[in-house]
Amino acid sequence: MSVDRISGIGLAVLALLVLEETWRQRLPLGSVASPGPAYFPGLLAVLLLAAGLAMAALGGGPRVSTLDWREWRHGVAIFAACAFCALALERLGYRLTIFVALGFLVGVVERKSPAATLVFAAALALGTFWLFDTLLRVPLPRGSLGF
Amino acid sequence: MLDVLQNLALGFSVALSPPVLFYAFVGCVIGTLVGVLPGVGPLAGISLLLPATFGMDATRAIVMLAGIYYGAMYGGSTTSILMRIPGEAASVMTCIDGYAMARKGRAGAALAIAAVGSYIAGTASVVALMVMAPPLARVALRFGPPEQLALLLLGLLVLAYMSSGSMLKALAMAALGLLLGTIGIDQMTGYMRYVYGVVELGDGLGVVPVAVGLFGVAEILATAGAPTPPAVIKPRLSELLPSREEWRQSTWPIARGTVLGFLIGILPGSAHIIASFVSYAVEKRVSRRPQDFGHGAVAGVAGPESANNSATSGAFVPMLALGVPSGPIPAVMLAALMVHGVAPGPLLIGNQPALFWGFIASMYVGNVMLLILNLPLVGLFVNILRVPYPYLYPAVLVFSILGVYAVNGSVVDVWIMLLMGVLGYVLRKLDFETAPIVLGVVLAPLIELSLRQSLAMSDGRYAIFVEHRIAAALLVFGLGLVLLNLYTFARRRLDWRARMALADKGDSS
Repeated sequence: MSVDRISGIGLAVLALLVLEETWRQRLPLGSVASPGPAYFPGLLAVLLLAAGLAMAALGGGPRVSTLDWREWRHGVAIFAACAFCALALERLGYRLTIFVALGFLVGVVERKSPAATLVFAAALALGTFWLFDTLLRVPLPRGSLGF
Repeated sequence: MLDVLQNLALGFSVALSPPVLFYAFVGCVIGTLVGVLPGVGPLAGISLLLPATFGMDATRAIVMLAGIYYGAMYGGSTTSILMRIPGEAASVMTCIDGYAMARKGRAGAALAIAAVGSYIAGTASVVALMVMAPPLARVALRFGPPEQLALLLLGLLVLAYMSSGSMLKALAMAALGLLLGTIGIDQMTGYMRYVYGVVELGDGLGVVPVAVGLFGVAEILATAGAPTPPAVIKPRLSELLPSREEWRQSTWPIARGTVLGFLIGILPGSAHIIASFVSYAVEKRVSRRPQDFGHGAVAGVAGPESANNSATSGAFVPMLALGVPSGPIPAVMLAALMVHGVAPGPLLIGNQPALFWGFIASMYVGNVMLLILNLPLVGLFVNILRVPYPYLYPAVLVFSILGVYAVNGSVVDVWIMLLMGVLGYVLRKLDFETAPIVLGVVLAPLIELSLRQSLAMSDGRYAIFVEHRIAAALLVFGLGLVLLNLYTFARRRLDWRARMALADKGDSS
């Protein structure tokens, strides 16, 4: 199947999900003369559905099987590190969270030496905290441990 | 004209006084720093520093805050060009070709063109501000909801018309962006839409997490694990400045970006963001080599950077001349003026000439300062590319997370950035442009609100869009573009059929 066809189907399914969700949330549709909160998203979902169906019908682009996804393992590791940051930022505090995430990315994913990893992670975690929190007065979370 | 020159002389006598000069310098430095850091945009910078101006006199306060504003516009291009992270939303378009230029070893040239373009646009738009502020402000005041809706729709149509890629894909991405922009509280009725109990989503998706995710995080996901990760670039001193050819290629885009940016900047809404998008689309369309866009086209940096700086000055027109802010940043600056007992509006020029003309003159001075500050820093910033990628991308991720978190102090924004990063990565693989999504997120609340306000004004009659002359003219122009596009599409299809017929004929003979 071609890339455009599968993208079109994906967008059409997304549009249908939005329409279903709009109906499920019981948002008032209003009327053409007095649109309600569901009117604009509903209209956009119909537009997206039309665009998706048109793309699926026209096809085009390379075959999906020819796409190169070789970097997915790296991508998952980076996503995991970022997700950890989002989960831990307000629990562990900025400095500790960033130190751990950088240690994982540089030391485990990129396999740099422990010394280089340690220096890099500590310098960036502490340096950015000083720049933003101390110097620019942008409040960053300290967490329950005070870091 | 003589009056203007006399007033300007008065303004320069204020702007060049050592204390005002000092505060302009401080504002420019802080603004550049704020712009360079992703996430902490001009609004956050101005809001954070607003209390610090309470002890100053009004002229110094407004000069410093304006310095932060256009300093952030200058600085915003740096991370866009070097790391593909938009320093603020108006730099999204610079990411595309600026980053491509950097990967080709032309980071210095891209930064210098962005700085010079911003300087020219900033200075020229100040001249326009000085001469045309009162009449332009009156025109801007005639823009009610119907006119605004017509203009926003025209903006979307212009973008679709100018897109040189698949128009269907561009429209699908714009629709997706507009849909994402509807998340949050419905401004007319107060209904919560698609928030699933997440209170932070009530205000809608922020432009910064969406832009940083779709551009910065998606780029890292796609390149960090590639079989051949991006090479370390070691720019030589001779490569830091643009070549004669690059200057030539940037001349007209800077001129066009300046005019477009100023005119769009006057209008209400997130003008500086829209200005950079429209400028990019125009440059892509008028270029003799549109296929270069996305691969390091000089015009793709020069146009949008000039436009967003020019829009910065344009935004001051209604604020100073009428006391009506055209967006959140002028609104904060308006508040700063009012805190100091100054009432902006038609009487400001007459009542407080030293403040008004001092502010105008300080914008000239600020632009010169920013150029002097930024050009030598090009060499320093470009050195970031010397950092090996296994160290560079984790650092970029940290700045992205930090910048996005800093906007609202919310981890929900970090999650949005991350999800947008995954979406951007997948869309990139499937050959979609992601910039229309960002524009959609910006425009959706404005389009929906102006449509419903217009209908409320007219008791549900759509004739209001015809009865208002400006709105009607804008819509007719937009319709013309659609018809022109359909005509071009039909001709292309006919050409294709003719070619096929010729090929068949050739095969059979």
